[in-house]
Amino acid sequence: MRGGWTFWLPLALFAGFVGLVAMQLYRPAEREVQSAMIGKPIPNFALRAAVPDRPGVATADLTDGKPHLLNIWASWCVPCAAEAPQLETLRRQGAEIAGVAIRDRPEDVAAFLARYGNPYSRIGADDLSEVQMGIGSSGVPETFVVDGKGIIRYQHIGDIRPEHVPMLLQKLKEAAE
Amino acid sequence: MRTYFAALFLWALALCGNGALAQDALPPAPYAYRQLDDPAQEAKAKALMETLRCLKCQGQSIADSDAPMAGDMRHQVRTRIAAGEEPEEIRNWLVERYGDYVSFAPRLDSATWPLFAIPLALLVIAGLLLRRKLGGKS
Repeated sequence: MRGGWTFWLPLALFAGFVGLVAMQLYRPAEREVQSAMIGKPIPNFALRAAVPDRPGVATADLTDGKPHLLNIWASWCVPCAAEAPQLETLRRQGAEIAGVAIRDRPEDVAAFLARYGNPYSRIGADDLSEVQMGIGSSGVPETFVVDGKGIIRYQHIGDIRPEHVPMLLQKLKEAAE
Repeated sequence: MRTYFAALFLWALALCGNGALAQDALPPAPYAYRQLDDPAQEAKAKALMETLRCLKCQGQSIADSDAPMAGDMRHQVRTRIAAGEEPEEIRNWLVERYGDYVSFAPRLDSATWPLFAIPLALLVIAGLLLRRKLGGKS
C-alpha cells in the first residue's frame, strides 16, 4: 500500500469534484428567473390602453393605497388562456387586477378577452416589453402582488392554477396590512 | 431516424419556452435588428449585448437570439447607448432586475472570489511541491 493521506487526498478531492460536476449536469436546470425587484418600488411608467373599453396602466394607478395584482400576459400566450378562469375567481373575491399586455395588437387583445373573459380593471399595452423588463419579469404569464405604496411584494411565475388562488388572496391580504 | 429528428425539434422548441410555440404578431422593436448609426456606439452596444443572457432562450446571448424579448432587450440596450449611457450602467440596471443571472460577464464578489482564488492557491501549492521534490534531488 503506497503513501498515506497525502497520496489519497488529491484523488479523493478529484473524485469529489467530478461527482459535483456530474450531479449539477444531471440535475434539472432551474428555468425560472426570479425577479430581483421583490421589496422594491415599481418603476415609473405610463402605458397606453390596450383596448378601448379599459384604461391604460400607469405607476399612479398602482400607488393609490390599495394592493393590486399586476398580471403580465399576452393574447398569443397559451398558458395565459389557461389561467383566465383563475383570474376571474380572484376578481370575484375582490382582487383588483391590472393587466399588462406584452407585444400585442388591440384586435388580438379584444378577441382574447371576448373568448376567455375580462377580469382586468385596466390593461396597458407594453409593445417594447419595457415595463416587463422594469419589474424583472422574463416571460408570460407572470403575476405580481403590488402593495398600496407601489412596492412589489410577490412574484408568481407561470399560469395561476386553482391551487394558487388562496395563496394569492393571502399575499394580497398581507400587502394590505 | 425521422422520429429522432422530430423529437430533437420538439426538444429544441421546449428549450425555447412558450415564446417559440406562440409568437406575437407585432413587428420587432425599432432597434432590435437595426444598428446604431454611430459605429463606435454600435460597437459598444454589440459588445454588451453579447454578454447579456436571453431570458427566454437561456443558453443564448441577446445578440444571438431571435426571441421577441431578446429583440426588445437589444432595443433597450441600443437606445440607452445612443442616449449616452455607459454599457456597465445598463448591465447594472438589468442585474438589479434579474440578478447576476442575466449577465454572462463574471463578477468578483463575496460569493465568487473562491473561483478566482482557488486556481491561484493550487498553482502556488503545486509550485512549492515541485520545488521541494526537485530541490531534494539535486
